[in-house]
Amino acid sequence: MNQQRTAWLFLAPALLVLGLFFVLPVIAALLLSLTDYDLYALADLRNLRFVALGNYWALLQRPLFWSALGNTCYFVALGVPLSMATSLGAALLLNSPLARCKPFFRTALFAPVVTTVVAVAVIWRYLFNTKYGLVNYALGGLGLHPVDWLGDPHWAMPTIILFAVWKNFGYNMIIFLAGLQAIAPELYEAARIDGASAWRQFRHITLPMLRPTLLMVGILTVAGYFQLFAEPYVMTEGGPLQSTESVLYLMYDEGFKWWNLGSASAVAFLLFALMFAFTALMLRTARRAEHADGVSS
Amino acid sequence: MNPKSAKAIVNGLLAGGAAVALLPLLWMLSVSFMAPGEASSLPPPLFPAYATWGNYRELFVHAGMGRYLLNSLGIASAITLLSLACNLGAGYAFAKLRFAGRERLFQALVGALLIPAQVAMLPLFLLLKTMGLVNSYAGAIVPGMATIFGVYLVRQYARSVPDELLEAARIDGAGELRIFATIVLPLLKPIMVTLAIFSFLAAWNDFMWPLIVLTGQEHYTLPIALASLSREHVQDSELMMAGSVVTVLPVLLLFLALQRHYLQGLLLGSVKG
Repeated sequence: MNQQRTAWLFLAPALLVLGLFFVLPVIAALLLSLTDYDLYALADLRNLRFVALGNYWALLQRPLFWSALGNTCYFVALGVPLSMATSLGAALLLNSPLARCKPFFRTALFAPVVTTVVAVAVIWRYLFNTKYGLVNYALGGLGLHPVDWLGDPHWAMPTIILFAVWKNFGYNMIIFLAGLQAIAPELYEAARIDGASAWRQFRHITLPMLRPTLLMVGILTVAGYFQLFAEPYVMTEGGPLQSTESVLYLMYDEGFKWWNLGSASAVAFLLFALMFAFTALMLRTARRAEHADGVSS
Repeated sequence: MNPKSAKAIVNGLLAGGAAVALLPLLWMLSVSFMAPGEASSLPPPLFPAYATWGNYRELFVHAGMGRYLLNSLGIASAITLLSLACNLGAGYAFAKLRFAGRERLFQALVGALLIPAQVAMLPLFLLLKTMGLVNSYAGAIVPGMATIFGVYLVRQYARSVPDELLEAARIDGAGELRIFATIVLPLLKPIMVTLAIFSFLAAWNDFMWPLIVLTGQEHYTLPIALASLSREHVQDSELMMAGSVVTVLPVLLLFLALQRHYLQGLLLGSVKG
């Protein structure tokens, strides 16, 4: 009895905060997305009208929504595999018995993760400056033409993807490194005795053993990359030609620039639905693949 | 491939990767000491001709950087302390105290992790507006006081507290609050450090919510101030690099000092299911 009461006493602050400032707003967002809440309603609630799915319907007919969705999917589709491959590569190198000064390299590779997105995005903006940036200068040294990285609609998103990979790969690297260290060395020893090459060891031992980690990291990374916002806000302001305007950027503009809070909530929920569907799909595919292989360990 | 060249390749790749990871940060530091306009020349200089504190002086004297720095420090510290207060107790309760509906409630929380925080932001803004907290420090602090991730992190760690220890104390007649204060808290010290550094870094680096809720310049945190400065001073790369140094250096140093705890928390929060 006493234990039960203590438990609720300990839970109360956290649950109160989460309930009031997270759960309640999420439910409110759903309701808000069914109304035409805008500047007029903000001034006087009597102007609020229920529009059912009107916001969603209107969004699906707006080219800007589709281009924002396309840009975000582009960012996820290219950024996540690139980011995960870099993380895995770095983890494999760090885990190699041949590597020296491991603590230093681990810290150095991880450092970008703890930096502030806005601050390092500002740095990258200057590094990728068309005229005075070091990147173009280095390319010029190789005899390549300068690229208008952030000013060309074809290059702006790839530049942001490169930035995101640089900023984030260290996080997953640490998780992969722990996963690699958990693989029993006897497995590799046996493979070596059988004469398996490094590539085959990677393909038939490392990858299968790492599968649960890969799945979890994949899901978390996809969820994170769908939430693209600060990078385009600082580096390109969504431009050029809206080529880097993400879904969240659209939500921010809709909500806090034009004060169309109803429509902005609909944007948020469409993003959430998309992320949810994607996560479910990944889990399902992974489960099916596992069944097909008959892997149980 | 002979072992010697394999070793050279592995270490060469690591050195190259470390260089790519660190060079932008070192370049930032170097440019921040250049005279105005110096970085915008060809070939782009790597080091200042004469190192100067001028950009920092400009930032702190004219651009109000001191104020933003204090705002950031205050908000991040408050969030850290409050999140310790809220998350520690909840995490411990989920790990060690028996109460009706424990598993179901915990599963609901973990399920809610799937919901991106931005979904809540629009109504949260309206809620804080009616509470009069928009454009106040409290508005930036309040939603960060408890996080599902924090509760989860503490719970994962607190599960390793041996039940026998708690039972023995109960048999000795100690009350639950005393058990928590004298037995559990000392055992949770490592996770307190981890949670503190996670909360501080997340609060310091947070961008979207402060951008929304802190509408007046006097309340800006460093990232918001930097983003707004960088829109005004597009050409002043030296000044902006100094601003980036001021923003990044505190968290980078904090991470270097408490690295072990941070990485431990990262693994605890993600690997063990």
